[in-house]
Amino acid sequence: MLRITIDNILIEVEEGTTILQAARMIGGGVVPPAMCYYSKLKGSGGKCRTCLVKVAQGSAKDPRPMPKLVASCSTPVQDGMVVENKISVEVQQAREGIVELLLLNHPLDCPVCDQAGECDLQDLAFGFGMEETETIEPRREYPVVDIGPLIKLHMNRCIHCYRCVLTAEQITKKRAHGMLYRGDTMEISTFIQTAIENDFSGNMIDVCPVGALTDRTFRFKSRVWFLNPMNAHRECSSCGGKVTAWMFGSEIYRVTGRKDRFGELEEFICNECRFEKKDISDWVIEGPRKIKRQSVISGNQYEHLKKGSIIHPIEGTTEPQE
Amino acid sequence: MGRAVLLDKVNVPGIRDFGVYREHGGYRSVDKALGEMTPAQVQQEVIKSGLRGRGGAGFPTGLKWSFLDRKSDKPRYLVCNADESEPGTFKDRYLMEHLPHLLIEGLILSSYALGVKTCYIYIRGEFKYLVGILETAISQAKKNNYVGERILGTGFSLEIYVHPGAGAYICGEETALLESLEGKRGNPRIKPPFPAYKGLYDCPTVVNNVETLATITPIIGMGGEAYAALGIGKSTGTKLMSACGNINKPGVYEIEMGLPVEDFIYSDEYCGGIKNGRMLKAVIPGGSSVPILPADLALNTARSEARLLSYESLSEGGFESGSMLGSGGFIVYDEDACIVRNTWNLTRFYRHESCGQCSPCREGTGWMEKILYRLEHGQGRRSDIDLLVRVAKNIEGNTICPLGDAAAWPVASAIRHFRGEFLEHIK
Amino acid sequence: MEAGSKIDHHLFVRENREVVFSDATLEKVRSLIRRYPEGRQKSALLPILHIAQEEMGGYLSVDTMDYVASLLDIKPVEVYEVATFYSMFYLEKMGKYVLEVCHTGPCSICGGEEVLQHIKEYLHIETGETTPDGMFTLKEVECLGACGSGPSMQVNTEFHDHMTVKQVEKLIDSLRRKSEEEESSKGWAEQFS
Ligand SMILES: Cc1cc2nc3c(=O)[nH]c(=O)nc-3n(C[C@H](O)[C@H](O)[C@H](O)COP(=O)(O)O)c2cc1C
Ligand code: SF4
Ligand code: SF4
Ligand code: FES
Ligand code: FES
Repeated sequence: MLRITIDNILIEVEEGTTILQAARMIGGGVVPPAMCYYSKLKGSGGKCRTCLVKVAQGSAKDPRPMPKLVASCSTPVQDGMVVENKISVEVQQAREGIVELLLLNHPLDCPVCDQAGECDLQDLAFGFGMEETETIEPRREYPVVDIGPLIKLHMNRCIHCYRCVLTAEQITKKRAHGMLYRGDTMEISTFIQTAIENDFSGNMIDVCPVGALTDRTFRFKSRVWFLNPMNAHRECSSCGGKVTAWMFGSEIYRVTGRKDRFGELEEFICNECRFEKKDISDWVIEGPRKIKRQSVISGNQYEHLKKGSIIHPIEGTTEPQE
Repeated sequence: MGRAVLLDKVNVPGIRDFGVYREHGGYRSVDKALGEMTPAQVQQEVIKSGLRGRGGAGFPTGLKWSFLDRKSDKPRYLVCNADESEPGTFKDRYLMEHLPHLLIEGLILSSYALGVKTCYIYIRGEFKYLVGILETAISQAKKNNYVGERILGTGFSLEIYVHPGAGAYICGEETALLESLEGKRGNPRIKPPFPAYKGLYDCPTVVNNVETLATITPIIGMGGEAYAALGIGKSTGTKLMSACGNINKPGVYEIEMGLPVEDFIYSDEYCGGIKNGRMLKAVIPGGSSVPILPADLALNTARSEARLLSYESLSEGGFESGSMLGSGGFIVYDEDACIVRNTWNLTRFYRHESCGQCSPCREGTGWMEKILYRLEHGQGRRSDIDLLVRVAKNIEGNTICPLGDAAAWPVASAIRHFRGEFLEHIK
Repeated sequence: MEAGSKIDHHLFVRENREVVFSDATLEKVRSLIRRYPEGRQKSALLPILHIAQEEMGGYLSVDTMDYVASLLDIKPVEVYEVATFYSMFYLEKMGKYVLEVCHTGPCSICGGEEVLQHIKEYLHIETGETTPDGMFTLKEVECLGACGSGPSMQVNTEFHDHMTVKQVEKLIDSLRRKSEEEESSKGWAEQFS
């Protein structure tokens, strides 16, 4: 076992654990925000850089600090490592700078975005009291690409986290889309006119941290915080059939996978469950689902947030409510 | 001045040909190594030579080799980095064009030392004509039993292949290069794991620059100690400098480490002074990624000592008043050069070449370029200068690979040393 | 690149034209694949795309890329991802001669900007455009590794150095007169032994 201290909290973890995983074991405010890492997707992480932390002591053997901040999602724990996240001003400043860069070309269209209320970027930005960047340059605009009747791609909102690409590669049989071009013209696309349709493609929607991939079958577009998330299940031959049904009264507006307290899917679900089963009789409703993440969705504070109000960045994004 | 150990035969007519190269002492280092030395002894000579990587970072080559995972039962690979795309740098091209066998010889020696059976030369696609030159050299070496099965009758076998890139500066970064060699987008990998453990095809891999690997040939020829006697301090041996910009004699020069910058710029043996008798304004001494130095700091350190061409001297003063030797791409600016325009130009380069994988570099390079474009085109705001410094700082040190730093440094250093010129652009 | 914000990518279409390499090229392709370990045939993608571009009309159509994908037994999107990443691959039909002019710092300060401007005026096209007769496409590229002999440019991947306004006019005029037989430079396939 390896011993690691994160924000003065000591924990023992197994060899091969990353700093982020160790922090998640501790839970609470020491957990760095993760916009690209996804524990269930091999090769994810390292890209968004929001999870940067300071390694004040590399290991017991080599106690020197690491010269740069490191991505906690992809840095393995060493025995005797000392990590600073929330308690480091340097980390907070770097993270704020990165969030600003993520917002730079992000359209300010939260009011019309389906993801509003459950968007990791929105959470993170509000956490820093940041709604605007200092840019006067026009934001990047991608042409609209139609990827079929099930999933809507809003490329302008994409933060290039690669999660959907890894999902398509690892969860579905035939990946038809990918990351094309490079640099700040890089885009998620199919390159040729084609619909992304295969049994598990809908999971791309759930893994997307922002509103770049949304459910086209979401009925009567509604702000998610008006809906009641219910645990539901059904017999399904292709997936576990355990979902969250988002309901208003007795109507199912949309179906998603069940997310854990770090915003990750507990299980991937099939497209049939997600897109085709919108009738209450399709499902056994188990009861209300606790939305554990303290985000605007549970706090219902989106409407009241004033510009500049500070929610602690970490607590604001990943702290479990109960 | 200094002794040439790499380019000493560059002017021999026909030296590109195996026969001529051989007549002039070529492949003697391989004869010696395979005949008299164990792989460990070859590596020992490289350690003794004090050779440091010529690709930009200056990491000790012998030490890098010692990290190679020799316990793994997977095959090991040597990859020669011939991507050479750093603005101002064209020395590897010169070396490969004129002395392909010097490189091949270095590859054989290095592969022998590292226990490598397959070596790839990753060369930038724009050097298409060099692919043919190198492939011909490899074939000739193969015909003469220096490459292929059971080289010179020993148990050592080696294949060397040339692999072209297709236009992406980032593929010079060693892990992006490996991705590209695997037929993928040139996205740098997240480290650890390092290539010494998990490199090409997840196998233990060493990546070295063309010049580094070519230098192994004279090191084995003359012995590590003799090589280390050249140069100055921890900057042993010689270095290829590619000089360009507003000078009389642009070109590739082999210098002994420790040559004063002033001699390099003004001596007729090298750059031959500033073109049209103009004044020196600034120098980027090690390829576009390293900090720019105003004339006074290029010629002398902040402590008023002569600035020398060596790793240590060029970085003396840190980022406050120093720079880096980098790849040896020496760009000279005369008094007419506009620093703002040049900074914008180079930032456009980094924006274009960012792989886009990580957010600070993808978004930050684009933002800096837009701001600099405005500044250069008369639409700058006063606050833009500090904004640039802030954006550069948000990129620096926070990215997956050093391209982020490489984009941030030129901007930060240009503003540090030429803030007045930036202010003048704002009216 | 101006400080643009509109990304001009668009979706492509399969033309369903038949694409096949000649037997000789296929033999070359197979020998290239053999340079990489078993199961790592994707490694040959870049060299093969170079050959494909050269032999299939000077650009990579969707059909060409799908064909290459089939040769290497990889998904078509894996080829699209790669082809869009590297600047030497063209996704659309280009002029007979692609003029790739270096616009990076070292060339710029040695007269490169004037040369570039002059090409635009001489050919009446902007960067990215092709002359109406389909002869020339103008591209601005980053450092070609020829800074010491700048201003530098490539015409269909062949270097032309020390460009001046006069030189470049001469070059363009001579390309106009050049006939097919005079095309001398070795193609990609011939580079590999
Ligand atoms: C953006 C970037 C571009 C690079 N380009 C090159 C290059 O073109 N050639 C090269 O040899 N090294 C290049 N490097 C350095 C390599 O990553 C690596 O350090 C080098 O090949 C190691 O060889 P050496 O130890 O012999 O110098 C680059 C690094 C970065 C970050
Ligand atoms: S579309 Fe969403 S999941 Fe895919 S890369 Fe963009 S932000 Fe990530
Ligand atoms: S720093 Fe730039 S080039 Fe390097 S991995 Fe990140 S985006 Fe790519
Ligand atoms: S979550 Fe670690 S870099 Fe994105
Ligand atoms: S800057 Fe033009 S070739 Fe290097």
